[in-house]
Amino acid sequence: MYREQEAKYLTKKERRGIPRQPMPEQAPTIRNKDFSEVTVGYSITDAQYEAARCIQCKDPACVKGCPVGIDIPSFLEMIVEGNLNGSINKVWERTALPAVCGRVCPQEIQCEVVCVVGKKKDSEPVGIGNLEMFISDWARESGVKNQVEVAPPTGKKIAVVGSGPAGITVAGDLAVKGHQVTIYEALHKPGGVLLYGIPEFRLSKSIVDYEIEQLQELGVEIVCNTVVGRTIDVDELLDEMGYDAVFIGVGAGLPTFLGIPGEDLNGVFSANEYLTRANLMKAYEFPKYDTPIIVGRNVAILGAGNVAMDAARTAVRLGAKKVTIVYRRTKEQSPSRHIEIHHAGEEGVKFEFLTSPLEFIGDANGKLVGINCEVMELGEADEGGRQRPIPTGEHKYLDCDLAIIAIGTHANPLLTNTTDGLQLNKWGNIEADKATGKTTKERVWAGGDITLGQATVILAMGMGRDAANSIDSYLNAEEEW
Amino acid sequence: MFKIVNREMMAHGTIILNEIEAPQIAKKAKPGQFVILIANERGERIPLTMANVDKERGTITIIYMIIGATTKLFATLKVGEGYRDVVGPLGQPTHIEKKGTIVCVGGGTGIAVLHPITRGMYEADNRVISILGARNKDFLIMEEEMQKVSTELRICTDDGSKGRHGFVTDELREVLETQDVAEVVAIGPVPMMKFVSLLTKEFNVPTTVSLNPIMIDGTGMCGGCRVTIGGETKFACVDGPEFDGHKVDFDGLMRRLQAYRLEEDKASCECTLEAE
Repeated sequence: MYREQEAKYLTKKERRGIPRQPMPEQAPTIRNKDFSEVTVGYSITDAQYEAARCIQCKDPACVKGCPVGIDIPSFLEMIVEGNLNGSINKVWERTALPAVCGRVCPQEIQCEVVCVVGKKKDSEPVGIGNLEMFISDWARESGVKNQVEVAPPTGKKIAVVGSGPAGITVAGDLAVKGHQVTIYEALHKPGGVLLYGIPEFRLSKSIVDYEIEQLQELGVEIVCNTVVGRTIDVDELLDEMGYDAVFIGVGAGLPTFLGIPGEDLNGVFSANEYLTRANLMKAYEFPKYDTPIIVGRNVAILGAGNVAMDAARTAVRLGAKKVTIVYRRTKEQSPSRHIEIHHAGEEGVKFEFLTSPLEFIGDANGKLVGINCEVMELGEADEGGRQRPIPTGEHKYLDCDLAIIAIGTHANPLLTNTTDGLQLNKWGNIEADKATGKTTKERVWAGGDITLGQATVILAMGMGRDAANSIDSYLNAEEEW
Repeated sequence: MFKIVNREMMAHGTIILNEIEAPQIAKKAKPGQFVILIANERGERIPLTMANVDKERGTITIIYMIIGATTKLFATLKVGEGYRDVVGPLGQPTHIEKKGTIVCVGGGTGIAVLHPITRGMYEADNRVISILGARNKDFLIMEEEMQKVSTELRICTDDGSKGRHGFVTDELREVLETQDVAEVVAIGPVPMMKFVSLLTKEFNVPTTVSLNPIMIDGTGMCGGCRVTIGGETKFACVDGPEFDGHKVDFDGLMRRLQAYRLEEDKASCECTLEAE
């Protein structure tokens, strides 16, 4: 039995016999009543056995699978050895937000999917995400600080617009290189989607606050309540306020509605609004906090991505009697992470797949009472090989007093409309060079969802990293002239 | 903190004026734009259209009626205290140009929002007829200020205690019947804006109204402030707050403003309990 010995004394063969350590979680029937984090985290013993499963590949595929290129085998081996300080510093070399990444990165399509251990028969990949969460939580709880060396001041000033994952990464990287960085945030608290979008039970806001504090310790200044494009504009930053470069990371923007009748009924929300009320404004603690939220009895969530799961699980916790995900495709086609669907199901969320909403139905007072839907079936595959849902003509009525639309977002034109010289694509997203994030406007870079449409936290961070490197070389080259 | 430098009570203390230090916003603000304010750490985000901007003093002025839990909280803030957060200027500014005769119709605290627009129109060499309405003479605000920026000022009260005994629409009808009007700007309670718009439609006079739906971020992210304009969904925060009165679905707007009625009652109730 492998547990009879400490992980570091196990032989290679014994290490191979260790099964993937399950992530301890709060029981579904307990956690679906409050907003505390679902995942409890590994103990150090769990972590060491899990890390010992890594076979230390010579040419590790996982590192290539990581959008920010964390040296995964090294940080895992240091956990096995008990060198936790060394391990967290290894992680910090490549990401400023490990506690966030460990929780919300889709490891199953990045680092873990290519893990050689997972390729073996009856074996699962190393729990890289769980270990990243472990080591960053350990550092935070034991007060270990990022001792990355900050370069001497260069005298260069950079403005970062938006304090989400892309902005935080750019700001952190450039501050370390000795530049003076100011982040401008439109909302009253920094963190962007980490704060308003991702619920407390998936990512505790205390972690986001902690990561932001780390950034401030590096010398980054954060100015909230500033809407770039309104309060100040990009050209003012460049020409009047003396910034040498600007990075735009303003995020995904406007919620997409279905465009079906009844969408303005009371009880129909965008997921952005519903989640912002709950997360940023803490409406789940109403009336202790002043922002109200409607607690539905019977809630329908339209869409089946990660945001839909967040909304569904929030509705469950607020006390809804029944919460149903309504999706026009199948479970297998859902864009959500498997773990999110799994967690939602465990907490009591129901699913209506191959169901497409046609019309919201209201009562005489304009309050939502139900949704008329059409039953779909899978038809021929599209260019991407994905079978399209096609209407069958059969209708289905779903009772609900709250409907949350979670079918995505499109670009917010607020900043781009007020900034000359930025080229946009046909969806209104900023055109930025794939490798560097450079836009068509001089001294302006962009990254994250405002360039990608909709992506993930880690992809935004990866783009932030590339942009920071590009901005740094631009500023250094400028110096040489 | 955004400090309150001046505070006035109007209409028997039911309406409050706050002049707030916010130099960055004051520098940029134009008539018709709004700000979002938060009183404290646990506060909600409340949008209010600015009543005045003093670029030299670096201040903005808001005027609000005490109606719910949050405006009650706002009303407790004294000079020297302030708001935790103020963000803006948000929304599209009013389109101000010389057009001829403009009728500015204001009701309740809408008069406060109408004032800078009226001034803009007046300074752009328009002939401005202002029509102000209130429940009675004690609830009429900013009469003097409006007088200064209007060619002609007319007053209506529901009880006849001042000016015409009747509604602003009665007075407006008289103006529309006798004069050539280029545009009507109406700002006030939703029913007032609705009936003004119905009336001006009869006369085919372009009409601008300023909407104040429920919103959170004010930058287009939440979609809570969506209004139906000519059958299309628009966001008041980025597309508005001003819209063509002839295209606005006022009934839908009124309904959406009631969305949190139950929750708001609960909040007011708990506040009273705490006070006791």
